[in-house]
Amino acid sequence: MEYFLELFFGGLTRGSIYALIALGYTMVYGIIQLINFAHGEIYMIGAFVALIVAGICTIYGLSGVSILILAGIVAVIYACAYGYTLEKVAYRPLRGAPRLSPLISAIGMSIFLQNYVLLAQTPDFLPFPRLIPDFAFMEPVAHIIGSPELVILITTFVTMILLTLLIKKSRVGKAMRATQQDMDMARLVGVNVDRIISLTFIIGSALAAIGGVLVASYIGQVNFYVGFLAGVKAFTAAVLGGIGSIPGAVIGGLVLGWAESFAAGYISSDYEDVFTFGLLILILILRPAGILGKVTKQKV
Amino acid sequence: MADKKHKLLEVKGLTMDFGGLRAVDSVSLEIHEGEIAALIGPNGAGKTTFFNCVTGIYNPTKGDVLLHPKGLKTRRLNGLKPNKVTEMGLARTFQNIRLFQEMTVLENVMIGRHCRTKSGIFRSIIRDKSVREEERQIVETSYRLLEKVGLEDFANEFSKNLPYGAQRRLEIARAMATDPFLLLLDEPAAGMNPQETDELVHLIRKISSEDKIAILLIEHDMKLVMNISDPIYVMEYGKKIAEGTPQQIKDNPKVIEAYLGDDDDA
Repeated sequence: MEYFLELFFGGLTRGSIYALIALGYTMVYGIIQLINFAHGEIYMIGAFVALIVAGICTIYGLSGVSILILAGIVAVIYACAYGYTLEKVAYRPLRGAPRLSPLISAIGMSIFLQNYVLLAQTPDFLPFPRLIPDFAFMEPVAHIIGSPELVILITTFVTMILLTLLIKKSRVGKAMRATQQDMDMARLVGVNVDRIISLTFIIGSALAAIGGVLVASYIGQVNFYVGFLAGVKAFTAAVLGGIGSIPGAVIGGLVLGWAESFAAGYISSDYEDVFTFGLLILILILRPAGILGKVTKQKV
Repeated sequence: MADKKHKLLEVKGLTMDFGGLRAVDSVSLEIHEGEIAALIGPNGAGKTTFFNCVTGIYNPTKGDVLLHPKGLKTRRLNGLKPNKVTEMGLARTFQNIRLFQEMTVLENVMIGRHCRTKSGIFRSIIRDKSVREEERQIVETSYRLLEKVGLEDFANEFSKNLPYGAQRRLEIARAMATDPFLLLLDEPAAGMNPQETDELVHLIRKISSEDKIAILLIEHDMKLVMNISDPIYVMEYGKKIAEGTPQQIKDNPKVIEAYLGDDDDA
């Protein structure tokens, strides 16, 4: 039973991170029907920025949680700037082009950003400081769920609630939903659609950076390639839940996290990724629109 | 008499080509304050394309679209994005209903108000006091508009669940939320039953008289057109073939020919 709980919480932690990154994919897809393949790279850049900030903070003698918060904030700001620029440079000029063009542009940006970090930083794995301390009150349950997991769960949970409130309640959220449902009509009721698209990229990038910082400090290392696998997994989660759907991304992330965790725990951890992508193939065969996705008829 | 009234919209020689097809061919018209004008013509005459050129969905090949807001300087609308055109004070509805289906009736109207608010994205996330106050006013105005079109009881329904006629009225309310002085309605009565059409006529009159909004509508329901609009413009094959009062249009042989085809016996 304890083993089961350990796997359960392990899967929940993983899943919530996947969900956080998947939200970025799904929000962008929902608005401009583009798979932003460079999203994983934003995650990786977030982790790198946090590493640099953490290094500086350590020199100045700050410690633990305060570094994590500071590094997280800087990483988010940085990632937002990257996300905004990415959209402006690589996707906006292709608005109205056939759907394949921005997709290829996205793959190009992904490769470009990876190589840019490779050259500007290093091809090696860099150690990332453990910024989340072991809380004393977690001692009795530490063999089931550790302090880092708890911090990750709380952070992702709070972030998702804030995002939901933003989309459901605020004026900007309303404009985002309107743009998603009918972009031309949104323009006609006076919504500045270009600004809403920029904002979507900024929000998605912020979520990815939060995920990047949390995972890096949990696993303890980063390199220029970490964004790729994280990106592909989160993309899988988004498709699993039904791409374009925000609750879908969360559910898809959690399902994927649990599937990986239980498969690794009960069967073999060597086949972890096999289960991930096996699940993706299965879902695509049985329910192509994803768990919460709506089957849309192509308008003629 | 029309000369004394303030001219709101002036379209001069508007032409729109799609490749080799001339969908609209140097059409000119003027809308004055207080008018309910109609644009009629057989299917495929270019009426909707004309609307799309005026509202910034298409950038016209040739010609000028000039807006003369009262007390403000003239603006040329060619090439402006639709959201800018809306900010200038020109709103429209569509032939096929295009509501935000997954949003409530109230939200649909509120979103139209947003282009009239001052606080930007950042402040709307922080939600300070003035933003909340602004939001309260938006809700209030939106409710007033819903009352006007008779939908206040459905404010929290999803718009896709409304009956057909109500969806059309909601589209009008949403367009009015952007505070236009000129409203373009593309076949507002399409698919309506006679009772719904009567309610619509009443609503259009009310908008014209109470809100002082000039209206230009495309419509196939001739009874409705002859009943409420003056002047009437007639288009066929992209060209304007006639304009005038309902009586003049009824008696115009060109119009009769356009609608009934060539009369071989004549």
